[in-house]
Amino acid sequence: MRVYVPVDAAARAVGADDVATALGSFAAVDVVRTSSRGMFWIEPLVEVDTPAGRVAYGPVATEDVPALIESLRTGAAHPLGHGLIQTHPWLAGQRRLTFARAGLHDPLDLGAYAATGGWRGLKAALQLDGAAIVEEVVRSGLRGRGGAAFPAGIKWRTVLATPADQKYIACNADEGDSGTFADRMVMEGDPYLLIEGMIIAGLAVGADQGFIYIRSEYPDAERVFGEAVRRATSAGFLGPNVLDSGRAFALHLRRGAGAYICGEETAMLESLEGKRGMVRPKPPLPAVAGLFGQPTVINNVLTLAAIPTILDQGGVFYAEFGMGRSRGTLPFQLAGNIKHGGLIEVPFGLTLRQLIYDFGGGTATGRPVRAVQVGGPLGPYLPAAALDTPLDYEAFASAGGMIGHGGIVVFDDTVDMAVMARYAMEFCAIESCGKCTPCRIGSVRGVEVIDRLVAGGPRRDAQLSLLRDLCDTLEQGSLCAMGGMTPYPVRSALQHFPEDFGLPKAPPLPA
Amino acid sequence: MRDVQPIWTNEASSGALHRVRCAGESIVSLSALENTAVRDAIAACAHLAGACLPLLHHVHDALGYVPPAAVPAIALALNLSQADVHGVISFYHDFRSAPPQRHVVRLCRAEACQAMGGEALSLQLKRVAPPDVTVEPVYCLGLCASAPAAMIDGKLVARLSPARLDKVLTGFAGQR
Ligand SMILES: Cc1cc2nc3c(=O)[nH]c(=O)nc-3n(C[C@H](O)[C@H](O)[C@H](O)COP(=O)(O)O)c2cc1C
Ligand code: SF4
Ligand code: FES
Repeated sequence: MRVYVPVDAAARAVGADDVATALGSFAAVDVVRTSSRGMFWIEPLVEVDTPAGRVAYGPVATEDVPALIESLRTGAAHPLGHGLIQTHPWLAGQRRLTFARAGLHDPLDLGAYAATGGWRGLKAALQLDGAAIVEEVVRSGLRGRGGAAFPAGIKWRTVLATPADQKYIACNADEGDSGTFADRMVMEGDPYLLIEGMIIAGLAVGADQGFIYIRSEYPDAERVFGEAVRRATSAGFLGPNVLDSGRAFALHLRRGAGAYICGEETAMLESLEGKRGMVRPKPPLPAVAGLFGQPTVINNVLTLAAIPTILDQGGVFYAEFGMGRSRGTLPFQLAGNIKHGGLIEVPFGLTLRQLIYDFGGGTATGRPVRAVQVGGPLGPYLPAAALDTPLDYEAFASAGGMIGHGGIVVFDDTVDMAVMARYAMEFCAIESCGKCTPCRIGSVRGVEVIDRLVAGGPRRDAQLSLLRDLCDTLEQGSLCAMGGMTPYPVRSALQHFPEDFGLPKAPPLPA
Repeated sequence: MRDVQPIWTNEASSGALHRVRCAGESIVSLSALENTAVRDAIAACAHLAGACLPLLHHVHDALGYVPPAAVPAIALALNLSQADVHGVISFYHDFRSAPPQRHVVRLCRAEACQAMGGEALSLQLKRVAPPDVTVEPVYCLGLCASAPAAMIDGKLVARLSPARLDKVLTGFAGQR
């Protein structure tokens, strides 16, 4: 009997290794460790091969294993059973392009990768010249998934057009936003996909060296991805002669060191160069003078992981998904106080309500949703009344939100939004690179002012206007979005939840 | 007392590394263990492009901290100023300059974990963590759909609760 147990960090963190060992102790059981489906509320999720397909059980604890084996032997139903995993509504409602392989096989199995369409994008790219690859990516409409949503193809065009002896591909795997884990899942669960995307990027712009900057909080991703690079190199996908094409591509892995700001692309370049992660002024754009001063494509993990599909199936295929100027699919990540949290890859255009209620099943605590933060620590807080905005970069921005890297953090009605606003300022103070005074010192002031505001007293109006002033100064006087956008969560908390600061309650939003 | 040994034992050309003179003429040296860790890190990383960060990680992985007395040796090996190396060490939250306690609990303090009771766990640790536990904040471990989360002695743990944290701390006591 063959059973599958995820080896993803989020499954291991709730005991998947012990469950796999317990299952493996039965002589008749053959355990395969796989990537995760991203259904984290039922991890450890054990799947069992049957003639009809894989049947899933979860969350399985070590203590459940003997009874589970017994019911598999007798064919009796088990209380943890979810039936055929492929037809589970949570998965059936998604359109997985980047995460098509999630949960299927051993992430490091090169044979399984090739058997499920792997390397087809690379082989297609090897038939094209650089400009043709770039134009395919332009046609796809793919925009950067790291936060700023800049069109990937346009960035690649600039790097292609900049003459230089040495160019680089730099993959941003710093994934610092709370509520996000899709990059981690790619690196741990489908590392060859990202490697393939990076090689294609190299072929497109004429770069034969790639760097990936993985945050230190992701030890599993570093280990798995590092091993994948070694195996892909031995198998001839990486190295001096990619698939006997005469083209070279080498991939180097670097570990971050616990600095959120190193996700900002120019700070990441400094860090890759071994220095303090200080943000660089732009221009020059990294596409012109980036890593070690050379033209560099900087893309997020998800951006690069979308590339093999685009080269294999065509830019037009990818662009058929989505709405408005947001083309393709986005792996949303549903987190925080949520009943069914995990990875939801869907075309742009669904609403937050659909994600939080239809997929997520509401809060984990069963209490009403009060606030939602989308787009990481610099994203504004949205009240429950704003959940019907479609998730498209422009539509969501015009409703005061930011999609960013697609992380959605849900809070129930016990949240104190003054505490969250204070945290936003505190986080900025901790993570500021220190270059700009408003960001470095204004954030410290922000914490004090919020404390005084909440403490009340006669000078409350003065504190409130001081806080507003500080937010304006941060927004206008900062070099990058760390200082520039920290005001967003603060102002939105003040606007939608003034009562948490001891201020008069906001009037209800017009219907 | 520490077991004091000169760093870099055999190469005459590296004689400058033998001892590090500090203000007040006191001599700061590295222990045998530190010496080995720093030497290994230099051998493994000095050739890399942008070597400073990988090299510091190498030392940190081996020792759990980067000894301040290692800065001159690292600077010399990388052709950087000591100020540069110190600047890098002090910029990044990961690098400790002194050994941690026997156990390290890195509790996630970011938003998704706060939404699931992370603050209560932090207060619990402040209240009851024994002196042989180093408690550090970390800002997201990528386990946000199974919050709250922590890294405990290098192992990731999700769906933490006050009771589970208590069990972890009791487990530490059992190892004492
Ligand atoms: C403070 C800050 C943190 C950021 N963190 C990340 C990150 O962790 N990962 C990421 O891909 N982009 C991050 N970005 C965005 C990058 O600067 C950059 O836009 C992105 O890596 C470009 O790749 P893309 O076009 O594929 O999105 C951050 C930006 C800022 C201002
Ligand atoms: S805004 Fe803050 S993080 Fe960004 S460059 Fe200025 S000081 Fe650094
Ligand atoms: S916010 Fe705690 S693991 Fe992501």
